Amino acid sequence: MHVIVVGLSHKTAPVEIREKLAVPESRMGEALSRLTSYSGVKEGLLLSTCNRVEVYSVVDDIDQGYGRIQEFLADTHLSLSSEQLTPHLYWHAGDRAITHLFRVAASLDSMIVGESQILGQLKDAFESALSHKTTGLIMNKVVKKAISVAKRVRTETKIAEMAVSVSYAAVELAKKIFSDLGQRTVLLVGAGEMAKLAAQHLIAQGVGQVRITTRTPQHAVDLAEKFGGTAVPFEQYKDDMASADIVLVSTGASHYLISADDVQRAVTARMNRPMFLIDISVPRNIDPAVRHVDNAFLFDIDDLKQRVEKNRAERLQEADKAEQMVVEEVGVLREWMKSLEVTPTIVALKQRAEEIKRSELDKALGRLAHLPAQDRELVEGLASSIVNKMIHGTMVTLKSEVNSSSGSAFVEAARRFFSLEAVPPPDTCGESAVEPPSCLARETSEPLIEQAPSRTTSRKQP
Amino acid sequence: MAVVCFMVTMGLYFIATISFLAYLLRRSEALSKVSLAITAAGFVMHTLALVARMVGSSAAAPPSVHEALSFFSWMLILVFLAVEFRHRIHVLGSFIVPLALVSLISAAALPDTVPTLQPMFRTLWLHVTLSMLGTVGFAVAFVAGVMYLIQDRLLKSKRFNVLYAKLPALDFLDHLNQQSIILGFPLLTLGIVTGAISAEFAKGAYVSWNPEQTWALVTWLFYFVVLLGRLTVGWRAKRAAYLTVIGFAGVILTLIGVVLKSYGTVS
Repeated sequence: MHVIVVGLSHKTAPVEIREKLAVPESRMGEALSRLTSYSGVKEGLLLSTCNRVEVYSVVDDIDQGYGRIQEFLADTHLSLSSEQLTPHLYWHAGDRAITHLFRVAASLDSMIVGESQILGQLKDAFESALSHKTTGLIMNKVVKKAISVAKRVRTETKIAEMAVSVSYAAVELAKKIFSDLGQRTVLLVGAGEMAKLAAQHLIAQGVGQVRITTRTPQHAVDLAEKFGGTAVPFEQYKDDMASADIVLVSTGASHYLISADDVQRAVTARMNRPMFLIDISVPRNIDPAVRHVDNAFLFDIDDLKQRVEKNRAERLQEADKAEQMVVEEVGVLREWMKSLEVTPTIVALKQRAEEIKRSELDKALGRLAHLPAQDRELVEGLASSIVNKMIHGTMVTLKSEVNSSSGSAFVEAARRFFSLEAVPPPDTCGESAVEPPSCLARETSEPLIEQAPSRTTSRKQP
Repeated sequence: MAVVCFMVTMGLYFIATISFLAYLLRRSEALSKVSLAITAAGFVMHTLALVARMVGSSAAAPPSVHEALSFFSWMLILVFLAVEFRHRIHVLGSFIVPLALVSLISAAALPDTVPTLQPMFRTLWLHVTLSMLGTVGFAVAFVAGVMYLIQDRLLKSKRFNVLYAKLPALDFLDHLNQQSIILGFPLLTLGIVTGAISAEFAKGAYVSWNPEQTWALVTWLFYFVVLLGRLTVGWRAKRAAYLTVIGFAGVILTLIGVVLKSYGTVS
């Protein structure tokens, strides 16, 4: 039983490939059931966002699993062949796969490290997998752990608070001036790339109104359409400035477009309501003397970059802390995985003992029909106690060796001694992800566990 | 009972003050929760102390300065807890709780027997309560003003330190400032009116133009102008913050005047 991941992300694949592979919400169910229909694929989870498409899976055999999932990914889009896909893929198994998932969930692998969206996307992916019943004991545990690791990273490090890009820094500053961006108006002067990005960020943060002006009127109209805003004629934007809470300037002009007097007029017209001006142009388009205007807060590209740089250093420190947490938590999960290997062995052992006892008892009792019921019970009790005593030592050893380095060797030995070929499916303990210790305790305290024939084992012999 | 509760309250506010001030300088969210819990515990003790005192004292006795300051401090914490509950702005505690502590210490420093005013009329407690409530409004406006000026300075000088990260948005502080004055001003007005009526009944004159009365009227006029300026010609943001800080200094001077005078009459 191995956890593996095969996928691609913004780090390995261009957007043209990523967008082809992306699985929309509506087709999630179909994709998931296709994934788990491959033989050897026991559990599956599909994480599909604009920056990554990853398949997490529990498989019998690592190499076979890699092949199956690669096949699955190539089948997702008609125009993609396996060969085209391979150079962009990464493969991880075991601890490395789990580490990868933890890092993804904690936003350590994101394009913008520390962004919070990915956790929600992982939760959604998990929800879909749960509702289509494509995950079982192992995957449920691993994903839940990933979510809790991500939460831990978010609460115990400052990683999520960090502004990591210039436009993000602009939004962050805006929030220190305006508590509710929903009622605010942004005026975009010019249409440089950075300004557009910053405007997008502000819109994503729920800014109320967007007004756009550019030297070329048509350009403003196009942008207004794109952002759902209104275009303002370039000749009158200075009069319009008073109605804007946030002014975002980025034009190619080589001189100051907005003077301190312009800003002073706007602030006065606004009855001293604070104004936030961002100048992302190089050379600058807003006169730096605006700094001396009360209730107007001007930041230029260097201020924003400095803010980002400061954050970046802090963020690296915080990321280190977060990586450390991931390593720790992977260790915790590793212990669990090990104990899990023992659990099914013990279950199988008891089941095997029970089977032998049952069949021998049936034979013997068939011939002892003349015995009174009391004596028959005695015979049954005798058989039970012999069998239980016989396997008791093995079970105790298995349990005590769970965490030792030779744990898997003991498991292997026990399997061979008692000819326990078929590994019971991981969802023996029911659909829900029961904690292994309680699972273990329950099974050992009850002499007979009913082994439900599972869909996973039946799929193995089609 | 009242004295014990009072002393415990003071101890708790003292610890909360230290904890809140530490929170101001450190990157620790846990500290805010601890500070908040201590403040809340202090508030409960304080409430007990006030109730115990009320039960113990006779209705006819005029409120003492001790009681008035203690009540002021209690209201201040109540307002803080309400704002905190609604907006989760822990850093407010770093400013309000020390203020409440100072007021409580002043209360403790004065003997219980110092009355706010000579017992001239039975509605005196109404005058004192309303004036104190108005003062609470101005105190919150003062705190919001100070926080506004700090944040304004940090933004202008582009110093993005721990304090910057903790202080709330400028427009929130400005709004808090405005709301506090809008609530505080009518209360103070009523306080002054009831005081004047009391005086009229007792001495036959609404105003006797002694220094602390004059100061009170000047303060009242000042806040009236501040409020009017905000609503008509846009005296908001930085200017409003400055004005409320100055105005509160006037309030404090008035209070000191009242206390000194009463103290003088007792001794």
